[in-house]
Amino acid sequence: MGSGILSVGIDIGTSTTQVIFSRIEMENTASFFAVPHISIVDKEVIYKSDIYITPLINSYLIDGDKVRDIVAAEFEKAGFSPEDTQTGAVIITGESARKENSAVVLKKLSSFAGDFVVSTAGPDLESVIAGKGSGAQSYSEDNACVTVNLDIGGGTTNIVVFDCGKVVGKGCLDIGGRLLKLEKDYSVTYVSPTVRKISDKLSLGIEEGRATSEEALNKLCAEMVNLTEQNLGLYETSDLAKSIVTKTSTPLVINKPIRAVCFSGGVADCIYNSDKEPLAFGDIGVHLGKAFRQGRLYSDFKLIKAKETIRATVVGAGTYTTSISGSTIAYSESVLPIKNTPVLKLTFDDQARVFEGDKDYLKEKLNWFMSQSDTNRLVLAMEGDKNPSYLKLRQIAQCIGQALDETLPESEPMIIITECDIAKALGQALKREYADRRNIISIDNISVDDGDFVDLGKPLMDGLVIPVVVKTLIFG
Amino acid sequence: MDDKTIQSVVEAVLAKLSEQGKSEEPEKIKRAVESITVDNTDFADIEDIASPEVKHVPLLDNPMDVDGLNRMLSKTPARIGVGRTGARLKTKTQLALRADHAAARDSVFADVDEKLIEEMGLFAVQTKCHDRNEHLTRPDLGRRFDDETAQVIKSKCTANPDVQFIVSDGLSSKAIEANIKNVLPAVMDGVKALGYSVGTPFFVKYGRVGCMDHASELIGAKVTCILIGERPGLGTAESMSAYIVYEAKIGNSESLRTVVSNIHSGGITPVEAGAYLAEVIDLIIKNKASGVKLKK
Repeated sequence: MGSGILSVGIDIGTSTTQVIFSRIEMENTASFFAVPHISIVDKEVIYKSDIYITPLINSYLIDGDKVRDIVAAEFEKAGFSPEDTQTGAVIITGESARKENSAVVLKKLSSFAGDFVVSTAGPDLESVIAGKGSGAQSYSEDNACVTVNLDIGGGTTNIVVFDCGKVVGKGCLDIGGRLLKLEKDYSVTYVSPTVRKISDKLSLGIEEGRATSEEALNKLCAEMVNLTEQNLGLYETSDLAKSIVTKTSTPLVINKPIRAVCFSGGVADCIYNSDKEPLAFGDIGVHLGKAFRQGRLYSDFKLIKAKETIRATVVGAGTYTTSISGSTIAYSESVLPIKNTPVLKLTFDDQARVFEGDKDYLKEKLNWFMSQSDTNRLVLAMEGDKNPSYLKLRQIAQCIGQALDETLPESEPMIIITECDIAKALGQALKREYADRRNIISIDNISVDDGDFVDLGKPLMDGLVIPVVVKTLIFG
Repeated sequence: MDDKTIQSVVEAVLAKLSEQGKSEEPEKIKRAVESITVDNTDFADIEDIASPEVKHVPLLDNPMDVDGLNRMLSKTPARIGVGRTGARLKTKTQLALRADHAAARDSVFADVDEKLIEEMGLFAVQTKCHDRNEHLTRPDLGRRFDDETAQVIKSKCTANPDVQFIVSDGLSSKAIEANIKNVLPAVMDGVKALGYSVGTPFFVKYGRVGCMDHASELIGAKVTCILIGERPGLGTAESMSAYIVYEAKIGNSESLRTVVSNIHSGGITPVEAGAYLAEVIDLIIKNKASGVKLKK
């Protein structure tokens, strides 16, 4: 009774670009006598592309056309066409995400890749995706412990902390293997702001155009590792350590003692293996890997071998970004898929007022949200009531239905996402009133936050569930 | 002492006693009663050992991983992490087991509140069983109505509806009391919204699932759906099931019943179950089949 969907993951990083395909298997795990319960039972990566150097027009701009060519070629090599993929994610990660042409690149890819979900990640979500792709999350869940994943790429180190598989902390540091580029003769060709700061502090004299030394590189990398460890709470945090926190990321807070550490990203290969030539990649990746191997993160905790290192982010993007709704939901199929819809989440107090029937209050919130985010379409999200009476449910449906009907522009669908399992009942109640003039989508078992964006795919498993991608940031 | 003296002593004592009975005793009793009512306020602090909150506190002494144990407890209503005293369960576990067992027994032997049946606008009939004991010992009688009752059903119910709903105590009256108010209106509204005609719902006392077959024949319903209390276990006494049959007839195979079980606040919640049932009924009517015949 299983069924699978094909998911594609595309990661355009600071230094590398990759594509993977994975199959997500779903199954009804409930018995024949119970209400269906569809779960994702297996995720398998079935194709991994070569690792390409991200094509750039100059040191700032990603070459969208070349990226598209790479992706097109990989689809062909894998033997899939864009129509085969039901879900997936494109992420532009690391320093690249700050580059102005991200939106253009995404557009080129989405028009090429047809129907699949296109999303971009901010540094926080990227950290989580990498931690899932590396296997750190499943380790944390299986062993019921606090596990940190450090995805050390070219431009940034994405950190995520899992406790029993749940994300309890995330952050991003401007630490990476390509923050300094140099020739075989040690002449420096590129110095990032982070490297400049450290060089100034330690008087290493690293400058573009000048030759540097093995000793200076080792000192630089040891300091980069130390600053990372400071941010993870192993030492007191200095001002310099605070200054390398990536601007758009949230501050990393860790409340529980760390038990296990996992490294992913390109530099991870240089941590787990010590046989690399020092300047093999024309950057400081090998030195940084060696420095991490000599640091406390490597030796003070249980070290987990990552399932994926340089591919952690792309595997995470292609395999772990899609979740599925609850199995008792209500929807009008004709409007799906729906993409990039902003979420208005009712707070606990908001929900209490709305459930009391305060329609005008909800209308005010809806109007404010639509003018603020300049949108005609929104997802109304709330926690919901675990076990409402039927009378109560009808009242809730009436209040929400009227408020949405009176504020949404004509022909826009009513989209409601709840955490509690009430979507089918709520959706049916709304359909009875508004099916003649509105499409209605009511799904549950999905947790979203105010400010998130949501993609809803076409129904799966004989229409029992809808695939959902929740994302935190959108360009353009 | 001669008899006379004894007699006088007895009389004196009796007189004194009756005098006391008039004056002091009621006062004493009153005080004693008052002191009991004062004690009553303390009962509020006594924990309900059968409640999920209390059951989710591990009794195991010195667990190696408290967080881990709590996580396991949060995922199951099973009695894990209860510890032991020698080879036996702890007193608290033993008492909780007995309390749960008592609740299960109560649920089997109690009757559904007549006020609730009235409130739901249901009329009530009884199967061939005369009392609870017969209901439990003679399942065959719980599946049939006598002629008189059959006439009542025929006369009160709209004939040949698309969907006929029946509510029955089955083996748990508590299940009906806990869920029916939120399931029946939800599923009836759902089915009506799909454009089907709904028959006159009624309540069956001392019912078994099979009574739906007899009722279906009497009414001529296309689809019959009975909402019935499940045999209670030690986990919950409030679980209700829905059995649905297309063109149910006496003697049809049990495999023709589509069943949705585990309807209660801790399983599939009542309103969501109602909404789901409406769609299942829609599917059954469209496919003209129920039970294993419906399964592709």
